[in-house]
Amino acid sequence: MNVHPRALRLAAAAMLALPTALAAQGTPLRVPFVIDTLPNGLTLIVHEDHSVPTVTTNVWYHVGSGDEKVGRTGFAHLFEHLMFMGSQNAPYPQFDRLLEAAGANNNGSTNPDRTNYYEEGPAGALPLMLWLEADRLGWMLETMDEPKVDLQRDVVKNERRQSYENQPYGLAFENLVTAIYPAGHPYSWSTIGSMADLSAASLDDVKDFFRTYYAPNNATIVVAGAVRADSVKALVRQMFSEIPRGPAITRPTPAPFTLRDTVIVLQDRVQLPRVYLAWHGVREYSADDAALDIASYVLSGARNSRLTQALVFNSELATGVNAFNASKRLDGDFMVIATARPGHALDTLKTVIDAELRRLAASGPTAREIEQAKNAIEAQFLNRLEFASAKADQLNSYHYATGQPDFFQRDLDRYRAVTAADVQRVVRDYLLRSRVTLSVVPQGRIELAATRGVVQ
Amino acid sequence: MTRRLELLARAALVAASLTPAALSAQAGAFDRSRPPALAPAPALTVPTVRTARLDNGVGIRVVEHRELPLVHVTLQIAGGGRLDRDTPGLTSFVATMIREGAGARDANALQSELAFLGAALNAGADWDNTSITLRVARRNLEPALDLMADVVLRPLFNAADVRRQRDLRLAGLLQQKDQPRALASLAFNTLLFPDGHPYHRPLGGDSASTAQLDSAMVRNFHAGTFRPGRATFTVVGDLGDTEARALLGQRFGSWPASGPERTPAPVLVQPTRNQARNVVLVDKPGAAQSVIMIGAPGVERTSPDFAAIQVMNTILGGSFSSRLNSNLRETKGYTYGANSGFQWRPLPGAFVASSDVRTNVTDSSLVEFFGEMNRIRDSLVAPDELARAKAYLRLGIPGDLESTAQIAGQVTALAAFNLPLTWLQEYVARVDAVTVEDVQRVARRFIPVATPTVVVVGDLEKIRPGIEALNLGQITTMAVAEIAKE
Repeated sequence: MNVHPRALRLAAAAMLALPTALAAQGTPLRVPFVIDTLPNGLTLIVHEDHSVPTVTTNVWYHVGSGDEKVGRTGFAHLFEHLMFMGSQNAPYPQFDRLLEAAGANNNGSTNPDRTNYYEEGPAGALPLMLWLEADRLGWMLETMDEPKVDLQRDVVKNERRQSYENQPYGLAFENLVTAIYPAGHPYSWSTIGSMADLSAASLDDVKDFFRTYYAPNNATIVVAGAVRADSVKALVRQMFSEIPRGPAITRPTPAPFTLRDTVIVLQDRVQLPRVYLAWHGVREYSADDAALDIASYVLSGARNSRLTQALVFNSELATGVNAFNASKRLDGDFMVIATARPGHALDTLKTVIDAELRRLAASGPTAREIEQAKNAIEAQFLNRLEFASAKADQLNSYHYATGQPDFFQRDLDRYRAVTAADVQRVVRDYLLRSRVTLSVVPQGRIELAATRGVVQ
Repeated sequence: MTRRLELLARAALVAASLTPAALSAQAGAFDRSRPPALAPAPALTVPTVRTARLDNGVGIRVVEHRELPLVHVTLQIAGGGRLDRDTPGLTSFVATMIREGAGARDANALQSELAFLGAALNAGADWDNTSITLRVARRNLEPALDLMADVVLRPLFNAADVRRQRDLRLAGLLQQKDQPRALASLAFNTLLFPDGHPYHRPLGGDSASTAQLDSAMVRNFHAGTFRPGRATFTVVGDLGDTEARALLGQRFGSWPASGPERTPAPVLVQPTRNQARNVVLVDKPGAAQSVIMIGAPGVERTSPDFAAIQVMNTILGGSFSSRLNSNLRETKGYTYGANSGFQWRPLPGAFVASSDVRTNVTDSSLVEFFGEMNRIRDSLVAPDELARAKAYLRLGIPGDLESTAQIAGQVTALAAFNLPLTWLQEYVARVDAVTVEDVQRVARRFIPVATPTVVVVGDLEKIRPGIEALNLGQITTMAVAEIAKE
């Protein structure tokens, strides 16, 4: 009943992607793979999993909303939509029709760092999946025209209306990223983009973007499922080899910055006020990344976590609270979000949050808290390994971030190594600093908003 | 620049043609102009389900699935939201409360212990069942099952915890007023299922019913409902059926039943069958989009037309390439997505076609919805549309049986209608047999065009004149306060 294809996923909302308790039994966790690099630069990673007769194809293009130009926010995601509008040998609407006729599903998503595309279906549909992916990489531009751009521009604007403008609190995140990151920083705009910039996107922009970023040397394909690695390699070489290498790509290199204390108030059609506290965080896989993930669990990961206890169950000031570490490829941020129960102003919630942050910075988490966090994080990841599609996306993710597709055990080790002192230190070093305080309050209720004030 | 790229392309081709892999795939002979053939899909195999029953009546189903050292346990307590009777939301509230402390542990100690074991224990209710699920690594199954037994058999239901969860739920109900889609669903259900029908009031209750909840009600409900004769376990994962039976027998074998059993209210009213189109508008001033829901009473899950209905709906609005999505999203650009579906419940649910559309094309979108619903009734679908829909349904089944949770989900969903997992194999055959005439027949019978209920939530000042001009039928309005009562 619910069809949400080509849905936008923001990295800010990403869950912890962490490894498994398998290693607790003394067996290092391994996701075996075969890797092949074509002369045109395309990388193929194959993981065999014969548990069910299905296969998934997962393509990452190393381009995201962070690569957009000023005045063209939302373009990487708009482009993602255009990738489904047909190519020379599979004209519109064959992409979806052929896959459905094969019993397969497909979708794509865009975040600040990358765009992915995937198909899932019966193993016998793999040649079709690869053929469609090859055709839109090698033979799409000739078929692109203004009506296609105009149509998907409308669809994406509708997506913005549905997922942001018509959602309570829906505009908070784009205001937050603009406040956290300095003007011009790749993460200072939202992936969905602004209506004005979506309107401005032209067919020439589409062509330029395609020629720059949609090249085999900027893509990695993971195939996971009930297939044989050697025949997948042969198929991929057969279908992709004649697509020429693209030009070298210049990546954004944002300058370091210091976040300044900022207070923002938005009025929205909401019943209950909500406060967002956001700090400058770290790059993914950097030294303090795992400790910040553990800190977010200690703050709000479970019923007995500190902020949940303090705000939802003890003081009963909030309906819910969520802390998360949004580390990304180039930089990161850390957020705490809490919604007030009826009758409470956001400054009251902020005072409780600050007291808990100070307490954690002063004496750190208990050994039991750390152990609970690590076990919960490991279990979440073991659950994800049940799905070939989740493994495929993770192999692509690890490969892009670390150069090693099978980084599962190493990733687990990062969390294993975190100590109570590490958590105490990262709370002190990152969360007792300048921050963005954003309040969303009901129309006309500005007195409920949180006021200026850093944690003392 | 261009020339250099051409040279590189040629170099790539030469290199590729020299690799043994490319040779084995006959790179030279590859014809890119047509899609590769699909390898035939193997006949559908489904996991074996072994069933047993404890002496006190507890049912057990076990699927041995040893891919990962994981176990997924689902306990279903028969009844579900239809047991709410005069207190809408009570069944789902009890499902919340059993996790708020049990046995010797208060809520925090319980959650801490579960997380410590890497276990996830959740509970919820639908219209048929309360379901408690446990996911845990095999090596921690025994201590996690001990906690699950506490939760099911020995919940604390402390008055202070009941009050706290009740207040949280009231705040959540208040927030429904902000959500156009939630408002549309609430209004639609109220209209389609009249007062006295079990589906009239929401599964999660309303503010009035929630305000009454106290620990005595929760205790009584638990005693009358959580009983061995109504309990069935589905265990999927890294253990055999003998082992599973023993582990469950130790913890649930002496589960007693005492006192009166809670039963659903008799169904005295039927879903609303309109004499004409019933158009109901809900005002959300300033809304960026309008939420449209068009529907009518649906059909029994046990209908012999089930497979034909699924095929028909896949063509109408059940897939990305469906007519509704192709028209409203991909051709007109009115929406991010449009779809349709049948609710399959023990009592017939509804058929609903739905979309969130741009405010200034609300009337045009309604025209397209009715146009597509008429078209699938009035003319035969194309043979390639039929073939695509059948393949999509049939070939997608193995992908729904990949994880332990998916297998448990399929087993329990079918069991709600007394069907075994092997029914999926029959379903494949039934889908294969559907003809274009069948599609038209079930469309005419179940797709409402003359008498549906139509709910639109949006900015009425902007959308009402256009909707009136369509002359769909009588138009009334419902206030937000009437839908999400305080």
